[in-house]
Amino acid sequence: MFGKLKIRGGVHAEERKEQSTGLPIHVLGIPPVLKLPLRQHAGRAADPVVKAGDYVLKGQLIATSTGADVCASLHAPTSGTVTAVGPVTAPHPSSLTTDAITIEPDGLDKGLESLESGDPMQLSPAEIADRVDQAGIVGLGGATFPAALKLKSGARQKIDTLILNGSECEPYLTCDDMLMRERAFGIISGARLIQRAIGARRIVAGIEDNKPDAIEAMKAAAAGFADVSVQVIPARYPMGSAKQLIHAIMGREVPAGGRSSEVGALVHNVATAFAVHQALYDNRPLLSRIVTLSGQCIDTPRNVEVLLGTPVSWLLQHSGGLKETPARIVMGGPMMGQILRTQDVPITKGASGILALAEPEISKTESSPCIRCGSCVNACPMGLVPLEMARHANAEDFEGASEFGLSDCILCGSCAYVCPSHIPLVHYFQFAKGELSAKREQTRRGELTKSLSEARNARLEKEAAEKAAAKAAKAAKAQAAKEAREKAKAEKAAQQEKEQAAQEVKAQANEESGA
Amino acid sequence: MNQLVSSPHAHNRSSVQHTMLLVCAALLPATLYGLYLFGWPAINLFVLCLATAIGSEAACLKLAGRSTQSCWDGSALLTGWLIAMTLPPWAPWWIAVVGTLFAVVIGKHLYGGLGQNLFNPAMLARVGLLISFPVEMTTWIDVTPITSAAAPGFIDSLAITAGITPIPDAVTGATALGHVKTALTMDVTVPDAMAESYSAGSAFFGNIRGSLGETSALLLLLGGLFLLYKRVISWHIPVSMLGTLMVLSLIFSLANPDRFEPPLFHLLTGAMMLGAFFIATDMVTSPTTSTGQLVFGAGIGAVAFIIRSWGSFPEAIGFAVLFMNAITPIIDRYFRPRIYGYTLTGKPINTGKE
Amino acid sequence: MVTAVAVLTLLGLALGLLLGYADKVFAVEENPIVKEIESMLPGTHCGQCGFPGCSGAAEAMVAGDAAVTCCPPGGRALAQALAEKLGVDADLSGMSSEPMLAKIEESLCTGCCRCYRVCPTDAIMGANKQIHVVFADACTGCGKCVDACPEDCIAMQPEQESLDNWHWPKPAAA
Repeated sequence: MFGKLKIRGGVHAEERKEQSTGLPIHVLGIPPVLKLPLRQHAGRAADPVVKAGDYVLKGQLIATSTGADVCASLHAPTSGTVTAVGPVTAPHPSSLTTDAITIEPDGLDKGLESLESGDPMQLSPAEIADRVDQAGIVGLGGATFPAALKLKSGARQKIDTLILNGSECEPYLTCDDMLMRERAFGIISGARLIQRAIGARRIVAGIEDNKPDAIEAMKAAAAGFADVSVQVIPARYPMGSAKQLIHAIMGREVPAGGRSSEVGALVHNVATAFAVHQALYDNRPLLSRIVTLSGQCIDTPRNVEVLLGTPVSWLLQHSGGLKETPARIVMGGPMMGQILRTQDVPITKGASGILALAEPEISKTESSPCIRCGSCVNACPMGLVPLEMARHANAEDFEGASEFGLSDCILCGSCAYVCPSHIPLVHYFQFAKGELSAKREQTRRGELTKSLSEARNARLEKEAAEKAAAKAAKAAKAQAAKEAREKAKAEKAAQQEKEQAAQEVKAQANEESGA
Repeated sequence: MNQLVSSPHAHNRSSVQHTMLLVCAALLPATLYGLYLFGWPAINLFVLCLATAIGSEAACLKLAGRSTQSCWDGSALLTGWLIAMTLPPWAPWWIAVVGTLFAVVIGKHLYGGLGQNLFNPAMLARVGLLISFPVEMTTWIDVTPITSAAAPGFIDSLAITAGITPIPDAVTGATALGHVKTALTMDVTVPDAMAESYSAGSAFFGNIRGSLGETSALLLLLGGLFLLYKRVISWHIPVSMLGTLMVLSLIFSLANPDRFEPPLFHLLTGAMMLGAFFIATDMVTSPTTSTGQLVFGAGIGAVAFIIRSWGSFPEAIGFAVLFMNAITPIIDRYFRPRIYGYTLTGKPINTGKE
Repeated sequence: MVTAVAVLTLLGLALGLLLGYADKVFAVEENPIVKEIESMLPGTHCGQCGFPGCSGAAEAMVAGDAAVTCCPPGGRALAQALAEKLGVDADLSGMSSEPMLAKIEESLCTGCCRCYRVCPTDAIMGANKQIHVVFADACTGCGKCVDACPEDCIAMQPEQESLDNWHWPKPAAA
């Protein structure tokens, strides 16, 4: 019914990728300070296992993902001293703080001694997932979902195809492209470990047709394996979104509210696969990532490998610097990336790019009324009606917005990209989604307090009842004693009475006899 | 730099103004040809419509306390332009002024301005004028190219536009649509009536009596194709509108050729081409989804055919467009796209797996 | 003329009877809105409104004896929702826009357990002679602990903004 290799809607955005593919990946040095937020993945914050003053070695666990819920552990990217465990400015549009471990590197880059060796391909699926968990690997495409959880749930379900996401559809970004060009063998090796962990029949690497060099490198790396293939897909944003990629490669849609495993697919980013390879073959947890530096204001656009926690300001200074003052600094791609309102924030696991954009590159912030042109409807890859969703969100009718599929919106930004009225559609959806989740949170809290209050009342009543019972028992006991006493008294009295009567009788008899 | 803005940070650089100006550009060939065919009085009328549209737009924005900057966004210009296209070429000045004021003030700003109006302002004006001033709105001047000897000069044209010089009956006549309609009431068959008033060739090129900018099917078609190429409009409305009209007229004219006009006659006369590519495709008043647009176009085609064949007015595009405008909200409500991961009925796709 | 009057009279009578009948048959037995209002209230029976528990407050609100703004734990959002539900105008100017939470100043707390005992939702944790902590998730902001504290070490504060509860504000009007 739906042609393969195509997605619905979407946009053909100006790519601007060639700017950052001219130079090879540059490995950046050690910055004077590293700030590692405890939560740089989807889910709960990791628990720190170091405190200020501790000396840590490169690769040492500094925060752990204990427990079964969604979390990922964190490691020291280099050796140095922990100077603080506390709030730092988060790489987030709100510029609020988040708890982080701050490390002052000593520059020696002393590592832990490597322990395990042997062929990782001989490990059991569960062991692979555990090793990935210990390495703190998350989805490096941007979703930052802990990779180990996907492996574990994948192993439980029947997965036919492991899809390697090399589409990198966001304009500007080339970190996956360069990784595929330079480290394709590592990617395929990591992918085969993932395949083993989830028991997938085959691996398909989906790469957009605008990356011929990457396609060639990946094909060469995959050549030795019959079950690994490279699928060239048309370049169209948002091809890299899991649902769209699955549709393009498998020709099937993931059911609403369901997971990709329901159509027998699991998607992992190429960078994630490479991180798995490093974790299992080199015993190296996730310590760094490749970041695309681009945008008109960047002096030397290219890809750099950066230690996690590196401040953006230091990164910009030490990789060529800025040519001009940027109108906007974005972490991630221009379509879904988030604005950074300060450069004093660290690189996190999900930071695929730092873009310093000049005024002509960015979207206007003034909007005009909607002319109902329907461009957004045609651009939406999910089949939603963005103009109606935004209209309802503007009227603060969030239920109405949900009716048009707000919860299915993937915030890809295709609609706002094509809107001739420059309406901040995604901002409206973020607003509506936030309001709805705040409302849900309030309801949850209300229910919690209600049940707590009921529990307390029940407890108080029980306590009162117990007290009353105890009191009653005591009273009964006292009563019984009293009764016993009275009975004894009464008996005594009766005896006395009897005796008295007898005496009286006696006396009377005496009197009578004496008379 | 410190403003809180949401993604996306890039844009395809389209704008409302750009869109509107592209539509105006697409109208230009047919307009210039119309101005050439009907000379100075037509030019006066055209300028009056544009000036009134921009002026009243600015006044309305001012009254509403909004920035008057947006009166240059092209939407008012386009409304005025489209009204001029649909007027009899030598209509007096007040027709242009009243029509344009009606369109901009009542048709657009009373609803809340750009994007809020339910009805197509230009068609509202056209229908309003037609019903209120039937004589002025059906005085069709003969083709008198501006270069011809019979054409009035600039000074004479001012008198015509001002309504001082009456238009002599000798230089006016009926449009093809009007002629056939009248002939049918006098028991003349369609082929006979058409033979007297219509030739497919001149209707195609536009060398005929009619509204200022509606005569040349060819130039309007070219303009429409330009808009399709530029992706300002999609094919759905024009194709379904013209397709429905052709199918209906084909069926009826085959069944009774003496009573019903053939498809080509319908296509090439009146406001059909202008309507299909420039009026019905008005974004504000048409459905936003592709399926909705197909229904909308088909509806206009069918209503237009019904009115043309059985109604009392010879031309029907205005009525048909307004009629379908009115039910656009309903179409939008019931013809939504299928959401990814759901079936057409809105349930999650069943994969057969648990 | 006579027929017309007769017909209209009959018609009026018939419709009147019909309406009267419908009123009896479809009569709503009790006022269901009290139940609905009660379900909207926090349900902690903290008593700050001056009524015996949330059900009492709900009845009073429906009867018009209590203002929709009388529930401090619910805050402005609840007052707004109640006003909407009951179709009344509410003066929200005196209400804080966000619910307040209790916060214990740890350096002053002596661990007397009095706050712990009055909290209607058991949101305060701690044992005798130990510093008490407010479990923010369960705090309704009723303020009972503030009154109970002999050391004046509890204060009501709006919830701290964090990455967990931050969300995008409404875009500036177009």
